[in-house]
Amino acid sequence: MAKIIGLPKLSPTMDEGVLVAWAKKEGDTIEVDELLAEVETDKATVEFRSFDRGVLLKILAPEGTTLKLDQPVAIVGKEGEDIAELLERAKSGGGTPAQAPAPKGEAASQAAPAEPAEKEKAEAPAPSREGERVLASPLVRRLARERSLDLSGVEGSGPRGRVIMRDLEKLESKPAPAAAKASATREAPERVPMSSMRKTIARRLSESKREIPHYYLVVDVDAEALVEARAEVNRFLEGEGVKVSINDFVLKAAALALRQVPEVNSSLDGDTIFRHRVVDISVAVAIPDGLVTPVLRDVDRLSLSEINRGVAELAKKAKDKKLRPDDLEGGTFSVSNLGMYGIDEFSAVINPPQAAILAVSAVREEPVVRHGMVAPGKRMKLTLSCDHRVVDGAVGAQFLRVLRQLLERPVRLLA
Amino acid sequence: MRTIRYREALREALVEEMRRDERVFLMGEEVGHYDGAYKVSQGLLKEFGEKRVIDTPIAEAGFAGVGIGAAMTGLRPVIEFMTWNFSFVAFDQIISNAAKTYSMSGGTVKVPIVFRGPNGAAAQVAAQHSHSVDPFYTNIPGVWVAIPSTPRDAKGLLKTAIRMDDPVIFLEGETLYNLSGEVPDEEELIPFGKARIGREGDGCTIVAWGRPYHTAMQAAEKLAKEHGLECEVVDPRTLRPLDEDAILESVRKTHRCVVVHEHWPYGGPGAEIVDLVQREAFDDLDAPVLRVGSLDVPMPYATNLEKLVLPTVERIEAAVRNVAYL
Repeated sequence: MAKIIGLPKLSPTMDEGVLVAWAKKEGDTIEVDELLAEVETDKATVEFRSFDRGVLLKILAPEGTTLKLDQPVAIVGKEGEDIAELLERAKSGGGTPAQAPAPKGEAASQAAPAEPAEKEKAEAPAPSREGERVLASPLVRRLARERSLDLSGVEGSGPRGRVIMRDLEKLESKPAPAAAKASATREAPERVPMSSMRKTIARRLSESKREIPHYYLVVDVDAEALVEARAEVNRFLEGEGVKVSINDFVLKAAALALRQVPEVNSSLDGDTIFRHRVVDISVAVAIPDGLVTPVLRDVDRLSLSEINRGVAELAKKAKDKKLRPDDLEGGTFSVSNLGMYGIDEFSAVINPPQAAILAVSAVREEPVVRHGMVAPGKRMKLTLSCDHRVVDGAVGAQFLRVLRQLLERPVRLLA
Repeated sequence: MRTIRYREALREALVEEMRRDERVFLMGEEVGHYDGAYKVSQGLLKEFGEKRVIDTPIAEAGFAGVGIGAAMTGLRPVIEFMTWNFSFVAFDQIISNAAKTYSMSGGTVKVPIVFRGPNGAAAQVAAQHSHSVDPFYTNIPGVWVAIPSTPRDAKGLLKTAIRMDDPVIFLEGETLYNLSGEVPDEEELIPFGKARIGREGDGCTIVAWGRPYHTAMQAAEKLAKEHGLECEVVDPRTLRPLDEDAILESVRKTHRCVVVHEHWPYGGPGAEIVDLVQREAFDDLDAPVLRVGSLDVPMPYATNLEKLVLPTVERIEAAVRNVAYL
């Protein structure tokens, strides 16, 4: 029996995707798990593999089409089958059966609670005005969800203050405050609609800052020995074409510190704290118009050069938009590094449901006091952002102390 | 295109189908020698003779049953009820025999029969003769229900109905018989389950059929003129099958919906459409779905009260303004 294939959920947070390229053409035979097409989700360009076996009878979504979840993509069946009825159904936006099998990797992700926040996010956020429910029409709720709009504070003009479409239009057509000040002779700002990745970033980070009681701990690490150790390791690795970075040392040290202070290696789902038994670190990677956090697995067990290669591989995949859902899921802790941009100090927003994130700043050359004398030295700021619901101040401080000891005496990383 | 009346359109459909297929015959009260209580069958007796245009006694249960039996044996009867109010005494024949035999015989016995006649209120025919029967008959799986609001739809749908292999409930309107409208010269078969958009707009969807369709069109005209709100009026034309896609497509465009019907407010196709819209277009709705129907009372005889009971332009307008927040 021929059937309509719908767009499956290829990333935990996607609700639409762009069909970038077909790997098959009409009339081709398809095996289960064979590559059908590449789909750009909110996070990356992902492989869309077949859950079915048969012949690709009809392509319903040409390359470049933006598709909602489950929206018809193709018809697969036996050669020569009559698909008139299915075409009719697809045209009328008709239902595809729910895709039962999860995309590869989603099921295979580690024991870690993948994305517990996901389920809640799928529901319409019930905006609240100081605990009081904001009344809004279903249409407004959907639009707010799609455009990441916060409805609290929006004046509803419908009955009982219901926020209706008209109010939203008013809200959105209101000029930005900066533009309001600009006189008519000044050029109007360029309007850039958010990409689906930007919307996801906006939604997740706003939610993180809103929901998570962040607090921040800062240490200024003596990086003298670290810089020397890095130079020495790289001299040793010279012939192999690998050059480890300060960040690789930080990742390794953080992984070992997480082993010693496992409370920090946690995530929160509802009333349950998950204390992870693996150390999988989400590494923030900047890409054009966005940011992704692919996960490096078992960092505590990797050597520096393995970490270096792993990060380079993930960064390349991120830049090529080739990350797969399983590259993005299940991180237990995050590291964000702005050192290469010369940032002296910053604090990062926690990547939910994780409990903490480490912000790594640049190594600074500055005068330091050593044995009562001012001498040239090297310092590096590390900031730990913690979710106070999971990690208390003393625990966060203990983690930073261990981390600092490891980085100031890098030989300990070998222990 | 010619402009003819609704009753003439029905007559043309009957004549064309009776000429085309000699198994088709018309049976009912006064359909022959009197040329039909509403002159739909004028001239038919003369052309087709007493074997195919049959006057019956005042015995709806009897001639409905005879028709069903004839259909089972391979004929294609058209049974006229002088009005649908009189179908209630034949209700058992329709629900138990016409609607069930195909299923109960395992698909071996078809019942290709059309029951037709005027539905709804006329003018001062009071409580017992003003029924909108759409809720009773749309509730039955096994029959199709058509309810044309224009001469063109009346002709095109009746021709399709006569050719269908299942029982069809065909609901006309006493106050529509005199309505003039364009009907194509060439043969036209209008499919069941395809709505007609009476007027396009993006301000509010109004779903209406039968007589109140015209009331809804008047209300839409008034709203456009006085409020600049362009309503889209969707006439489903058949209530079973219902063109769900057309209704949903319109609501997804307008984000609001008012359903107008002549039947009583409790249940019925009006409520069915509200259920459809809230279920399938929930995230597109900017306002609750409202209905305008007859009031929940037996029809009064007094003409001023009768006007108040039936859906009016004013009530439709008020409902649309309510959902459009005007």
